[in-house]
Amino acid sequence: MVEKFFQDHERKMPRDSLITSENDSEQDADLSLQEEHESKTHRTKRRDGDRQKKKRRNERRKGGTRAGEGEEDLQAVSEKRERSKRKRAKSKQETSRRENNEEEEAQLTGGKGTKARKDIRNEKTRRMEKEEVREVDENVDKGKKKQGSTKKGEKKEDGGKQLVKEKARDIKKKKHKKAETSSEPETSEEDDDEEEDNDKDVVRPECLSPEELEKLKEAVDERKKLIQSLRGKPWPMKKKLVTLRESQEFVEKYEGALGKGKGRKLYAYKVLMTKKWMKFQRDFENFKTACIPWEMKIKEIESHFGSSVASYFIFLRWMYGINMILFGLTFGLVMVPEALMGRPYGSMPRKTVPRAEEASAMDFAVLWDFGGYAQYSVLFYGYYNNQRTVGWLKFRMPLSYFLVGVGTVAYSYMVVIRTMARNANESGVGDDNSFNFSWKMFTSWDYLIGNAETADNKFASITTSFKEAILEEQESHKDDNIHLTRFLRVLANFLVLCCLAGSGYLIYFVVRRSQKFALDGLENHTWWERNEVNMVMSLLGMFCPMLFDVISTLENYHPRVALQWQLGRIFALFLGNLYTFIIALMDEINLKRKEEKVVKFNITMWEASLYNGTVLENSTAPPVTIHPADVPRGPCWETMVGQEFVRLIISDTMTTYITLLIGDFLRAVLVRFLNYCWCWDLEAGFPSYSEFDVSGNVLGLIFNQGMIWMGSFYAPCLPALNVIRLHVSMYLQCWAVMCCNVPQERVFKASGSNNFYMAMLLVILFLSTLPAIYTIVSIPPSFDCGPFSGKNRMFDVIHETLESDFPPWFSKVFSYASNPGLVLPFILLMVLAIYYLQSTSKSYREANVELKKKLQMQNEENKRKNKRAALKAQMDLEEARKTAQEQQRNNNASVQDQEDDTDIHVSGQNPPPVGGRGSQMPSSRDSGSRTHDRGNHGPSGYLPGFARQTEPRMYRVPSLQRH
Amino acid sequence: FCGLLLTTAKYNLKLKTSTWELRRVNFRKSRSQNISAHKRFTELLEKHEKEQIDARVPIGRIITLPELKSNPFKERICQVFSTSEQKDGSLTFEDFLDLLSAFSDSATLEIKSHYAFRIFDFDDDGTLDCADLEKLVNCLTGETNDAKLSSTEMKQLISNILEESDIDKDGTVNLSEFQHVISRSPDFVSSFKIVL
Repeated sequence: MVEKFFQDHERKMPRDSLITSENDSEQDADLSLQEEHESKTHRTKRRDGDRQKKKRRNERRKGGTRAGEGEEDLQAVSEKRERSKRKRAKSKQETSRRENNEEEEAQLTGGKGTKARKDIRNEKTRRMEKEEVREVDENVDKGKKKQGSTKKGEKKEDGGKQLVKEKARDIKKKKHKKAETSSEPETSEEDDDEEEDNDKDVVRPECLSPEELEKLKEAVDERKKLIQSLRGKPWPMKKKLVTLRESQEFVEKYEGALGKGKGRKLYAYKVLMTKKWMKFQRDFENFKTACIPWEMKIKEIESHFGSSVASYFIFLRWMYGINMILFGLTFGLVMVPEALMGRPYGSMPRKTVPRAEEASAMDFAVLWDFGGYAQYSVLFYGYYNNQRTVGWLKFRMPLSYFLVGVGTVAYSYMVVIRTMARNANESGVGDDNSFNFSWKMFTSWDYLIGNAETADNKFASITTSFKEAILEEQESHKDDNIHLTRFLRVLANFLVLCCLAGSGYLIYFVVRRSQKFALDGLENHTWWERNEVNMVMSLLGMFCPMLFDVISTLENYHPRVALQWQLGRIFALFLGNLYTFIIALMDEINLKRKEEKVVKFNITMWEASLYNGTVLENSTAPPVTIHPADVPRGPCWETMVGQEFVRLIISDTMTTYITLLIGDFLRAVLVRFLNYCWCWDLEAGFPSYSEFDVSGNVLGLIFNQGMIWMGSFYAPCLPALNVIRLHVSMYLQCWAVMCCNVPQERVFKASGSNNFYMAMLLVILFLSTLPAIYTIVSIPPSFDCGPFSGKNRMFDVIHETLESDFPPWFSKVFSYASNPGLVLPFILLMVLAIYYLQSTSKSYREANVELKKKLQMQNEENKRKNKRAALKAQMDLEEARKTAQEQQRNNNASVQDQEDDTDIHVSGQNPPPVGGRGSQMPSSRDSGSRTHDRGNHGPSGYLPGFARQTEPRMYRVPSLQRH
Repeated sequence: FCGLLLTTAKYNLKLKTSTWELRRVNFRKSRSQNISAHKRFTELLEKHEKEQIDARVPIGRIITLPELKSNPFKERICQVFSTSEQKDGSLTFEDFLDLLSAFSDSATLEIKSHYAFRIFDFDDDGTLDCADLEKLVNCLTGETNDAKLSSTEMKQLISNILEESDIDKDGTVNLSEFQHVISRSPDFVSSFKIVL
């Protein structure tokens, strides 16, 4: 682009110069020459050599000027100049023509020419006042009467100047050109200074004045900005590279010059350090991306199935991360200290398998059920001792257990809410419906899709969405038979409610029955009866969604709404099941506690009898040591709860994997291979391949997580189990998706649903912490197992710690702080604050909407205004061009009698006045400006993007080669 | 043989410098990504072309890439990113990297919407007029005949789109209008991606 501009000017220049007087032509020629040099030196990197040559040339010229009135001398000089230029092998046809012209003029003008040349320099420095120009022009005109009239000459002069100004502006626009061009004239001016002391009033010494420094600084800053914003520019790579290289060179060259001496060194050091730091950051970034697990796997899936399926896997990965941290907490702060520093296995009753179970404690079936040795291990609550401190570290075990339980929940809340907030920020205010059609049109294609089938599905879904949107638009008011739809919807909801109630009752029934079985003893029952609860829950979770799907066809909702209903119903089902399960568990807990009371009474009796016996037999003997396995013990309801949850998780995981294998893999295999010998097309027809059900899978994941949160207080091993499960399912599901699934037809938008899932997760988190907190707060712990045994409530451990481990004033302060008189006002204050924030955010949102409306209005207004202005400008331009043509014709006529050959050339080069605005910008500008200056009459033509006021800036920026 | 070795070495050198520079330009794209992009690109080249530094891959071979194969805009994408003189949509390695960086995660919304606009502007005249929109709809609905919208539907659709996004009411959608529309869209950035 830059080159183009310059070429334009080069082309324009000779034309102008040829038309006008010799002086003008010389001026312009010189200027353009210099310009050309600069551009060339800029383009090619042989800057220095050129500069030297130019210096030499300038000196020669100066010599000529000083000595100079002799025509022969001048001619010789110009000839030399020409030769040197030719030597450079860069001269184009135009250049040489110009030079010839110059030569001619030089011969003709003699002494006056030299003066004119000084004027050129003035113009180069942009210091020249208009009066001076006119004076010179008058001189010139007086001296030589070759052109038609003095007035015309003046106008031409002005025109030429205008052109130069224009050029200056153009160059200013191109920032990378600016500095180079500015530096070049400086060198010549330097020479001027040295050699022409008498011309001081005209050519002033160009020192680095503060304002110029400022300008240079600005330029450098702008370059830097350019480098930084380069990535955000929609340019082709080549241009980016070139610009980058140029600006970097520029910055490197001039940045150092800004500071002097010490400052410069410091500056260079700073620059170096920034570079190093940037590089380090880049490498670190690369390292970080390399550390993200399964990135390539997810990318692969993303490119096959689109972003919605990938969003499930990203969610899975996120979940995995959270579980890793939970696992780290429980493992590092609870399980390992107890296993390493607590009392070893077999040292006390709660850490030993009872005598009755010892025989079968190592059986796989028992272990699989988390009985036997598994039950009496660090995996469950009951194993932990109520010793206040363990090991030489004096690790507060019960306190740690309690705090980890609380911390798990707190951390989960924090992460979920933070993620939700971030998602909300990212999606912003994308929910307004003003661009419904345009978004469907412009953003519905998922460029990640790299699979033909997915693409076909996408085509189909886009087509249907178009058709639906059109239909909706057409029939937005028409609604046929609203009563039937309403009836059907009510019916569907009724059916769903029946389903939910039925499943709830079924679970309750099954749990109660299993309790009865458990009382009878598990050995007398079949496998089914033992695992009834988990199986029923899994089966319900499998089949009820299908039922809901069938029911939802009754409702005739829009697919997206239908999907939301479906998700809501499944959610309700899972939740209902979970809560029924918990209620049944509560019943069981109560039963156990009754049992516990009995056992406790029995134990005291037993101990008393034991004591009595020993006392009776011999009083001196040490108390009889009873093997811990033989000591009678309570039922320990906490371990029971933990076991239930672990079993539930295990069975849930198994069901998921088995459904995956049978429902997806086996089906795919059957469809694939039976298709060769079947009556209809299995692949396209009824069974076909299964789809990847994103929403169902996400729901499953969420519920799984809910169970983890609920049960992890009583079974510290749950996070670990979940980590394993997620790890396996990551690989298994990735494989299953890639090998036996087809992309789903109903495309669920990834970004829109993210927060929906998160909201569900939050609800689940809340609902799952409720029962856990309830049990912790309201049920007294078992008397002979777990870290809190012997206490009235579990949270007493905090009280105990405060009393014994902290100074008394602290516990005093704490007791004051926990006083209801202080807590209640605090809660009230918080509620008020929440209310206040809520209302302000609402008002902000409203204001936002208002502002948006206003902005849109203003935009429209502006557009209209601009359009009007542009139209007007175009008309003005047309007019101007017409006059320009006329003037040109006259001009041509006047010049023709003097220089025939050049004139022919001029008319040949003159671009025809074309109406097109955009493509012919340089020429139209040229003609427009010329007309304006030529005729001082008429209104100043307003040209878009072309300010008339020019500043003599580009030639004034000081050179830096001097230093 | 020596000559061959020399050329490959030279090419590698050139590649190295160019990748290095490219990394400075879009430095969130990691080096490994660049190298893998180069690998994929050289796979597309024919044997004798591999020694040339600025070899061009014709459009026919570019669109066989699995990432682009099922994209309805593959030809347009090639043409937009091509810097070839003949406007034949052939890509050099630099163009190819350009394409990838525009479709990468780190590209800004502005860049993405700019290129999306150029992709949708089928006749390269700087605005999306009715003909462009119609072509766009046809691209999005696929080649099959039964999926096509009827002419009245098409008219309705286009008029709706213009009503929504043509702010200055000149019958076309220009770049700023397009970007205005796109910037509000919740999932444009996440879907305007191509991953090698």
